[in-house]
Amino acid sequence: MEVPILKQGRFLIATIQAALSDADLLQLRRALIDKVIHFRSQGVIVDVTALDVMDSFATRTLRDITNMIRLRGADTVIVGIQPEVAFAMVQLGLTMEGVATALDLEEGLAHLQQRATVKI
Amino acid sequence: MSSNKRTANQEQRTAAQSTELLQELVAHLRQNRTQLREEWANRITEAQLLTAMTKEELFAEATSVYDNYVEALATGTFEALQSYARNLSERIIPRGVETHEVVGIVLLLRDVLARSLFAKYQGDFTMLNRILDAYEPAANRIANTVAVGFVQERERVIRQQQEAIRELSTPVLQVRERLLILPIIGVIDAQRARQLTEQLLRGIRTNRAKVVVIDITGVAAMDATVANHLVQTVEASRLLGATVIVTGLSPEIAQTIVTIGVDLGKMNTVGDLQGGIEQAERLLGYKVVPVAETASS
Amino acid sequence: MPVLQDILVAIRSDTDIVSARQQGRSLAAAIGFTATDATLIATAISELARNIVMYAGQGEVMLQTVEASQRKGIVISARDRGPGIRSLENVLRDGYSTSGGLGLGLPGVKRLMDEFAIESELRRGTTVTVKKWLR
Repeated sequence: MEVPILKQGRFLIATIQAALSDADLLQLRRALIDKVIHFRSQGVIVDVTALDVMDSFATRTLRDITNMIRLRGADTVIVGIQPEVAFAMVQLGLTMEGVATALDLEEGLAHLQQRATVKI
Repeated sequence: MSSNKRTANQEQRTAAQSTELLQELVAHLRQNRTQLREEWANRITEAQLLTAMTKEELFAEATSVYDNYVEALATGTFEALQSYARNLSERIIPRGVETHEVVGIVLLLRDVLARSLFAKYQGDFTMLNRILDAYEPAANRIANTVAVGFVQERERVIRQQQEAIRELSTPVLQVRERLLILPIIGVIDAQRARQLTEQLLRGIRTNRAKVVVIDITGVAAMDATVANHLVQTVEASRLLGATVIVTGLSPEIAQTIVTIGVDLGKMNTVGDLQGGIEQAERLLGYKVVPVAETASS
Repeated sequence: MPVLQDILVAIRSDTDIVSARQQGRSLAAAIGFTATDATLIATAISELARNIVMYAGQGEVMLQTVEASQRKGIVISARDRGPGIRSLENVLRDGYSTSGGLGLGLPGVKRLMDEFAIESELRRGTTVTVKKWLR
């Protein structure tokens, strides 16, 4: 299942649906890099509100996405981690260090805007 | 070899007979539905069971139970009865119906039906015996199914209520916009710690909090497990985009945290709650101005 | 409400991981676990199923309800006939290791559940059994 990626000004927003397989995640990674390059985006939001489980693979892939997008000079922020999912993640030992997180889309955009301003 | 075959054949015949008898029984129960149902409802009232219900409600429920009972006897399957039992329990538990009442009415029904069988077959003792042999195991299973369904539903409700009580006793306070305070007082065990974490995370989401101040001034001691939970709470809050400030950390608890291998330097700690709130306000961009300054002269 | 039956999920590819954890979540909810616990259970299943795909290629995950003297819970068995684990001590060592990173993520799975057991034989396969009880 392909993850929809929308362009919002200088940012990209990828909204993940539930039931995301490993292959879907890898496909998302490639699609985001391609689009960041194509649109010269300054930031990416990955909205995981609908994700009911975040395991080690999802966490690793999100970290990969963040790092690869940083190589293009853009920032990534993960938004919408559910309370239960956050709880499970820390129990599993997945803290996503080095990856920016925010509560929701609004906060995510505020974060990216702040970062983009700082850069100038 | 041949005796095995005989036993197998006998078993087959008994099973077929049993089914036949049950079908006859079911037919009898359906034919006499009206009076048996009424007799049962009367006996329930006499025994002063289900007093929480009106007469009409009682009769309506009695009808459903009776029909489901007969259906279970007819089909030999109990899934429909199980879900009906749970459904019924969901409805009557909030009305204050207790377990002994539910068990009581099912046994009364069993009794009413058994007596009607006695009445019908009293002339033919052998037949009565055979039909009771067929009826009894099924009736037992039905009583069991309904009782267990009720008890399970009750247990679920009690668990829910306990959770609600625990939540009420641990308020997460919204002091300012985007700022939550969680004052923890008393003894925390692992169970309560988990519950606090869950509540806080939900609170962060609901209140869209950006900063949380967890005050543990009122906590005397903390073992490694609970200290772990505290650290996990801080990490989980960050995943929701919130910064956590821990205040009121005693030297002993600080030591426990270091012992479990956490770098205290990575945790945002402030001496007391007041200081913690001030720092939170700074993080949120509020300017804290003492009252005296505003009156300039 | 559905009748609680045993569920056996064949694990052969990454889509089966999703299927296993969704079915696990449903069963957990049916048993009466809270949303949080159901998430913990689904996450544990995801990790275990992923290990099967990554290290053994294929296997199965069995989801069962368990009742024991007034307690009710869920049992998950992740089985494979893969290469087996050379050193159980190593994989169970708590270093916050995660799947594919520094190991199989088993210490993490252990933290998510109430009971944890593992059996493994080189060239024969591995079985991980975890349990969680209703509070």
